[in-house]
Amino acid sequence: MTGASVPSAFEPAFLAPAARAIEVIGGSLTEKSLRLHLEGLAGVDAVGLQARAASLGTRSIKTTSKAWALDAIIRMIDLTTLEGADTPGKVQSLVAKALTPDPSDMTTPRVAAVCVYGDMVPHAVAALGQNSGVHVAAVATAFPSGRSSLAVKLMDTKDAVAAGADEIDMVIDRGAFLAGNYGLVFDEIVAVKEACRRDDGSYAHLKVILETGELNTYDNVRKASWLSILAGGDFIKTSTGKVSPAATLPVTLLMLQVVRDWHRLTGERIGVKPAGGIRTSKDAIKFLVTVAETVGEEWLQPDLFRFGASSLLNDVLLQRQKLSTGRYSGPDYVTVD
Amino acid sequence: MPASTTSFLDYAPAPESTSILNLADSYGLFINGEFVPANGKSFATISPATEKKITEIASADAHDVDLAVAAARRAFDRTWSTMSGADRGKYLFRIARLVQERARELAVAESLDNGKPIKESRDVDVPLVAAWFFYYAGWADKLDHAGLGPNPRALGVAAQVIPWNFPLLMLAWKIAPALAAGNTVVIKPAETTPLSALIFAEILQQADLPPGVVNIITGAGETGAALVNHPDVNKVAFTGSTAVGRMIAKSTAGTGKSVTLELGGKAANIVFDDAPLDQAVEGIVNGIFFNQGHVCCAGSRLLVQENVEAEVVERLKDRLKTLRLGDPLDKNTDIGAINSREQLDRIRELSDIGEAEGATRWTSPCEIPSKGFWFAPTIFTGVETSHRIARDEIFGPVLSVLTFRTPAEAISKANNTPYGLSAGIWTDKGSKILAVADQLRAGVIWANTFNRFDPASPFGGYKESGYGREGGRHGLAAYLKSGSNGGSTRKASR
Repeated sequence: MTGASVPSAFEPAFLAPAARAIEVIGGSLTEKSLRLHLEGLAGVDAVGLQARAASLGTRSIKTTSKAWALDAIIRMIDLTTLEGADTPGKVQSLVAKALTPDPSDMTTPRVAAVCVYGDMVPHAVAALGQNSGVHVAAVATAFPSGRSSLAVKLMDTKDAVAAGADEIDMVIDRGAFLAGNYGLVFDEIVAVKEACRRDDGSYAHLKVILETGELNTYDNVRKASWLSILAGGDFIKTSTGKVSPAATLPVTLLMLQVVRDWHRLTGERIGVKPAGGIRTSKDAIKFLVTVAETVGEEWLQPDLFRFGASSLLNDVLLQRQKLSTGRYSGPDYVTVD
Repeated sequence: MPASTTSFLDYAPAPESTSILNLADSYGLFINGEFVPANGKSFATISPATEKKITEIASADAHDVDLAVAAARRAFDRTWSTMSGADRGKYLFRIARLVQERARELAVAESLDNGKPIKESRDVDVPLVAAWFFYYAGWADKLDHAGLGPNPRALGVAAQVIPWNFPLLMLAWKIAPALAAGNTVVIKPAETTPLSALIFAEILQQADLPPGVVNIITGAGETGAALVNHPDVNKVAFTGSTAVGRMIAKSTAGTGKSVTLELGGKAANIVFDDAPLDQAVEGIVNGIFFNQGHVCCAGSRLLVQENVEAEVVERLKDRLKTLRLGDPLDKNTDIGAINSREQLDRIRELSDIGEAEGATRWTSPCEIPSKGFWFAPTIFTGVETSHRIARDEIFGPVLSVLTFRTPAEAISKANNTPYGLSAGIWTDKGSKILAVADQLRAGVIWANTFNRFDPASPFGGYKESGYGREGGRHGLAAYLKSGSNGGSTRKASR
């Protein structure tokens, strides 16, 4: 692996030979060929993008459509706790909630995954037991800032995978991206992907967090999305949840457009995960509409779309109870975790 | 995940209720502040989505027109022309607020009678109506700053004839500046879409507007002709087809009446290869499929740079497949009904001509309801400038796609039309926007957007798209004469 060496002015720095990038850009990947490719992407008009997102947000999802949507949201939630104060007890409580979101209605589906820090993975794995159908996702690579050496990031990833994480949520090096060092960002993703490899040759799923709130412009989000897919990401994810703004509808729409373009180009399906700031069913349904009308409803499944959220689940459960009983209950009728 | 039995994208019906409407079985003419019976034979107004009758509408004959103009003249002489601008402004503010209060009712009435999707009447038409009254209410006591010198004066009685595509919005465009400038009004809504104007008449009663300041008369073409040709009218304002506009220009020539005409269009929407493509596709959709393409400034000619044509057309078709055609009152409907059988026949005829002339037709796959007037979104590719679908205004959800190679060619093709109402430019380069806009002969030019309206922005055409401007300060000039040169419209001084 060529790693994250700083490119020299005198020799072309070859980038890690990621299969997707070679297929789309061509062999002998260099910083320059990657840059030319990313700069050739069509621009994004912010006003137009936001207007489109707002118009998707006006869809009126009622009755049977709403019932289906609420269950679909639960199935696509990565139930998350990412606090310095996380303990084994807290993680166990989160897992119990993931397995039985609503003890008053056992027809409620389970969430897609629990998302925890790497050192909490063993507790999550133990609490879930065998064949729960709920994945363990671990944030890695010096989450949330990503400010550490590549060696540390790779160890962080390998530790979590070895402890039984099914999915790795990595952060990109936003500093390198904003400095224009796209090759460094690219090589790091390729290396982390390789660190997701298990002894049996299978891979933990890799979600690449762009931290769109720090990339700031929609043009940057489009470039970073494209770069992450080229480098081998299985999912592109908006945010860590530690930076504001986190997952906005326009940013998610834009990332879905990139995924749609990638599918059109290669036939390959990439997942999208908005994370942070989505707290109500009403908001989450806007995201479902945006997915269905941008990439197609085929994407409305946990392999291709996730919500990174914690408080969202209880609001969905309240709405779900309202649909089945016809009346609103209240916060004491859903469990705190 | 268990497979869903139905598709999520088949959103469950979400219809807006019509129970908010409190319609009468029949409506008279609104003259001198009250509804009065008409001499002409009444007619039914129907919902174009179901062909069902909504209510019975009166038809004004020449005698009724006399009564309406006389009421407007009395109101001009005795009340409105002597009232202070600040007081006229109060009435306009009151009307604006009442429009907001009754917004949902007006939106439902508009969608029912016109066929446009409720999301458009709710989110575009009615909010703009309120915005127009608010904007011109602010002008009523500031006419000295309208650019016509000190003490500009009202023209007198304005005869206004409006079309069926934005029934209430066009009414607002006409009435708000006329009243702000101190004129009184006789207005005739289109034969197929009188409903929202009649509810607006109730709003005028609620607002306690002095009788005769606004008179609303319904009827067909003869009623309109009697109105614009009435000798005691000082000002004629018309929005509609170029053919009727020509007749009005002829019949008013030499009468001393001021005339403004807002007529047809065949706008070019120009997409350069450096455009933000996803947003350009949205802009193309909004340009021609907004309001079923019943928009005089619709971007009905897509001029796309040849090197990106295939990609743009592919993306456009994918996007059009997500448009939902159906019940105008359903909140998820994107494409409503065509307003009338007559208009549907015209769209069909021109589309068939397009095919016969050799253009390639693509129609979005969507289910057409059995009752009512419908036309699925349609694109023609391979259109040449000599084809009729590139020259005639279709006024429906039909897009003609032409290509160009260079900015100079784009400009020359865009200008190659007898019309000149609007145009659109899509590029990431600000300098290109300015350079191209400078060369286009069109009254309104949108850059990286399309079909956006604001009361502060003047709107109007070049060439056969008409003359005069509506909106903004320029829109006031159509209803004022300068104070120092008041002899040009003698009637108003009597």
